[in-house]
Amino acid sequence: MDCERARTLIDAYLDRELAVETSAELERHLETCADCRARYEARRALSAGLQNPALRRAAPERLRRQVAAAISSQAASAPSRPARRQWLQLAAASVAAAALGSGTTYLSLTPGVAPGLADEVVSSHLRSLQIENRLVDVPSSSEHTVKPWFDGKVDFAPPVADLATDGFPLVGGRLDYADHRAVAALVYRHGQHIINLFVWPAGDSHTAGTTEEQRQGYNVVHWADGRMTYWAVSDLNAADLKAFGDLVQKQAAAGGTPE
Amino acid sequence: MDALSRRARFEREVLPHLDAAYNLARWLLRNDQDAEDVTQDSMLRAYRFFDGFRGANAKAWLLTIVRNASYSWLARKRPTLAAVGADVSPRLDEPDALETVATEETPESLLAVKTELAWLQDSLDDMPTEYREVLVLRELEELSYKEISAAIDVPLGTVMSRLSRARTLLQRKLALRQQKEASRGL
Repeated sequence: MDCERARTLIDAYLDRELAVETSAELERHLETCADCRARYEARRALSAGLQNPALRRAAPERLRRQVAAAISSQAASAPSRPARRQWLQLAAASVAAAALGSGTTYLSLTPGVAPGLADEVVSSHLRSLQIENRLVDVPSSSEHTVKPWFDGKVDFAPPVADLATDGFPLVGGRLDYADHRAVAALVYRHGQHIINLFVWPAGDSHTAGTTEEQRQGYNVVHWADGRMTYWAVSDLNAADLKAFGDLVQKQAAAGGTPE
Repeated sequence: MDALSRRARFEREVLPHLDAAYNLARWLLRNDQDAEDVTQDSMLRAYRFFDGFRGANAKAWLLTIVRNASYSWLARKRPTLAAVGADVSPRLDEPDALETVATEETPESLLAVKTELAWLQDSLDDMPTEYREVLVLRELEELSYKEISAAIDVPLGTVMSRLSRARTLLQRKLALRQQKEASRGL
């Protein structure tokens, strides 16, 4: 083998892409030719440098969660309305399949809860975080500002509680869409974690206590009190989110929201 | 339709390659936010097309989707990039320009370049996209020539020669940097 041919093969040799016989031929040449050997060594050093794991960018945790949830709900980032509806149907089908498969999923045992709602609120939660300026329509830490803001926007008065003293300051409110209707999204914060509390009238449905579940890294807490149905979604840990739900329930029961 | 097992299969076979997907998008787009958007879009696209995927190599398949989505993004969002870009950026649609870059013989000065991380990072970022992409696919994602050939849709021989030129060009950039640093030190 001459140097010219050796040079054209060095990279493939380095990448272990050469046939065994050609590799052996090249190796014999490298043993005898200092020039080509130096060339090969330089390439090998470059290649080793490039394989430094620090050059490989890992997906940010946020993206990981977004993708997982989007796959789970299949609704999160579909741009057009018809497409989005398709995704929602798919999501509903997958939840229904899960319910059928296990027979013990709470969704299958809870009459009146549409399958797919948990997925739907999780993707609403995600959208609120993903899109700039989407989190709140009315930024305010005061229940007296947030509550009246919903007047005329939804046909019910969402119970808005001030939970700052319990470590859950109000961030604001937003008009959102779930279960085929306009709903109130109340945004709270706990440390660095954002909580979306989705509220809408539930007729007379009343869940026995609170259900908790996890959807792709997000915790979802759900209950209904005979007047309203509530879905709290956050990346906050399950225990704290449950505590948050209990606080909201207590406030609502104490009549913190007359009318 | 077996939506559940489809999702389970996707989560088992494709989702683990999210890092690879993001890494490729990040190197091609050179922007964190764009890379996140394109990766998310690609993952959903992959999920949608997953029924049509029959191959054994989900990673190479996913990276093909990411690569195409990245180029579409570049064409849409930064149509002037190819013209403005790095010093020797050849246009995508001009294979001849590609051929003339880095075909010179390797001078001795390239044989002892330092491969410091920061230099590699900068130099790689500064490469024409076509060269950057084969280096990322080969060195960082460890795809075989055959997989790269399928992912970027060029013949195997072209993968081999392009990778070789890409390495030469990268060595040249590193050598240039080394020279500058040395003269600054004087």
